[in-house]
Amino acid sequence: MSESLAPAVPGSAARALGFARACFTGPLNIVITLGCLALLVWMVPPMFRWAVLDATWTGTAAQCREAGGACWAFVREKFWFSIFGLYPYEERWRPATMNVILVVMVLASCQRRLWNRWLVLAWLVTAPSMLVLMAGGVLGLPAVSTRQWGGLTITGIIAVYGLALGYPLSILLALGRRSELPLVRWFSTAVIECVRGVPLITLLFMAAIMMPLFMPEGVTLDRLARVLVAYTIFTAAYMAEVVRGGLQAMPRGQYEAAEALGLSYWKKMRLVILPQALAITIPSQVNTFIGLFKDTTLVVVIGVFDFFTTLRAALGDPNWLGFPTEAYLFAAAVYFVLCFAMSRYSQRLETTFRPGQR
Amino acid sequence: MAGVAPTAPAPGARSAARAAAPFLPRSLSLRGILLQGLLLVLVVWLGWWLAGNAERNMAARGLSFGFGFLDRSAGIPIGESLIPYTPADTYARALTVGFLNTLRVAIAGIMLCTVFGVALGLARLSSNPLLRALTGGYIEVIRNTPLVLQLVFWHALILQMPSVRQALNPLPGVYLSQRGMKIPGLLAEPALYAMLAALLAGAVGWWLLLRRERARQAATGQRRATLLPGLGLVAGLPVLAVLAYGAPRIQWPELAGFNFEGGLALSPEFFALLVGLVVYTSAFVAEIVRSGIQAVHKGQSEAAQALGLTSGQRMRLVILPQALRVIIPPMTSQFLNLTKNSSLAVVIGYPDLVSISNTAINQTGQAIEVISIFMAVYLALSLVTSLLMNIYNRAVALKER
Repeated sequence: MSESLAPAVPGSAARALGFARACFTGPLNIVITLGCLALLVWMVPPMFRWAVLDATWTGTAAQCREAGGACWAFVREKFWFSIFGLYPYEERWRPATMNVILVVMVLASCQRRLWNRWLVLAWLVTAPSMLVLMAGGVLGLPAVSTRQWGGLTITGIIAVYGLALGYPLSILLALGRRSELPLVRWFSTAVIECVRGVPLITLLFMAAIMMPLFMPEGVTLDRLARVLVAYTIFTAAYMAEVVRGGLQAMPRGQYEAAEALGLSYWKKMRLVILPQALAITIPSQVNTFIGLFKDTTLVVVIGVFDFFTTLRAALGDPNWLGFPTEAYLFAAAVYFVLCFAMSRYSQRLETTFRPGQR
Repeated sequence: MAGVAPTAPAPGARSAARAAAPFLPRSLSLRGILLQGLLLVLVVWLGWWLAGNAERNMAARGLSFGFGFLDRSAGIPIGESLIPYTPADTYARALTVGFLNTLRVAIAGIMLCTVFGVALGLARLSSNPLLRALTGGYIEVIRNTPLVLQLVFWHALILQMPSVRQALNPLPGVYLSQRGMKIPGLLAEPALYAMLAALLAGAVGWWLLLRRERARQAATGQRRATLLPGLGLVAGLPVLAVLAYGAPRIQWPELAGFNFEGGLALSPEFFALLVGLVVYTSAFVAEIVRSGIQAVHKGQSEAAQALGLTSGQRMRLVILPQALRVIIPPMTSQFLNLTKNSSLAVVIGYPDLVSISNTAINQTGQAIEVISIFMAVYLALSLVTSLLMNIYNRAVALKER
């Protein structure tokens, strides 16, 4: 035991020494190091004091104000509200179950050895049943209008369903943009460029304000459904460009070999080109999805209560006035953990998919 | 080559067909024509159906399609404007005010985020591990949290600033309070214009000098220093301008009663939006700069060192020109992102194009017209930005013989 541990100590000591040496060689370097240290000394102790030493972890707003530090009791109080929003209290088991299924499905989808047709089938079964569970109105479940959905639940719904619906669409758009049929190519290019050229919130405005005008009389589409339509189109256009990158990166020999085998267009794409093109772009797909996930916060502009908006609404509670910093930090922490985990996942995939390592 | 569509090897029959109709290569096959016909019919039918629905719906609400409302008086109060504006002005003018406000924050944001982003990117590559670690952590935190959240945070922060009378004064002449930021301004008078013109002329002169000297060096191999004459031009012409017109006067903000007078004012909304956009985008720019510089092969730097170039020359003459090729295209999309993200102004109440349009829609109900106006504006902005950046990109691209 001691033998195996022995080299670790000098190793880490050497590393620490190397770190210190790299910090203190040359006059400029020393100035930079001292500047960084000064910044840390200036910022960290007061922040630590506010966030930990003087913080109130349980209690009331009055106790928080007395202690003067961070009021984590507020976050604790509003935690479940930020996850479920205004969903009826006694029915909260439904979004809770839905969230559990969603998390399990997403985690399962991250496992490479589960990437097969059973996973697709599982999504096809769970995706509609989760929505039925949330909406109710059948099987003795009381109906809950989408206006009452909210919190992290709705953030997850928009992100996951937007991706699930937008992804197949993006493949079609990417294929269309690379098609030899001019009309198909022009149409796909126009859709992709128009959607990518405008901000997401203009699409959301379109969905919220303009889309009802375009529906036949008497037909009204639910507001959440309209948001999903806009978000799906947005996702499809951005993903299409990533997929197109993969299609373009395929060597011509792959196309020619598939044609030489006498495969039809769709067989060529489905069996030869797309599996490779999608695989090599998975890291960029994940990166694009991180951006899209952060963009779910934009639904605030048309009054859908996602995670962040729900937390902001909680700030208006007359019993808990005056703790915006805590709420924003909590929201930032949640988004950071989710996005950072995704970006680490994408980096891990990048090393597995790097050409020459397969 | 990426970017070139793989054209199938064309046997005789098909190449003949292509020669006959180069416009429709493979689509001459029956299936191709059918598929495209189907798409065309579908798109036209969808457009027809939507237009019909819209017409009926608007008629039911007592609206008619048209841009006539643009000439009506808007009655929208707007807090800040680059051109004279009163609520009695027309919708067209109100939307123009919003557009100029969008441009203002986008241009300022693009310039600032480039400067900060490059600085952050270089800090991320520093040989000092402490600085590297700090910048790395900062960039990760900024990149992995939504922009909306950051904007709201900055807005809340500036609203929590002290009142005007206790304004923070971090630098002489710069005041931060809940009313926003006050900075010294330059008085718009002939002296200022003369000074600016002289500076511009000096810069252009230096650039022409550099070009001539480079041509001379390429032709004769002789090298002359351009630093002193260049500096002479840039410094000397403004001095002449000062002698002729007097020095431009600075107007310092001063506390008068309950507010500041003089100087340039940045409203809390503009300030929060600008800071939010710059902080967010510069983190992305930093990563682009870092990966661009790292993409230059180490051998290039070593070869430059072997030629005896100093570290500054290595960076300027060898590393940066090659890194720029990698950096420019993703940088373009970041600039476009910043411009598009400026529409989030609506969340914190800065009167940009989208937020004024939103008010206009609520007042007139002409949703289709207003939304198509601002979508067209953003599309045009995107196209112009990528056009300019493409021209620049072509200038720095690898020129192969």
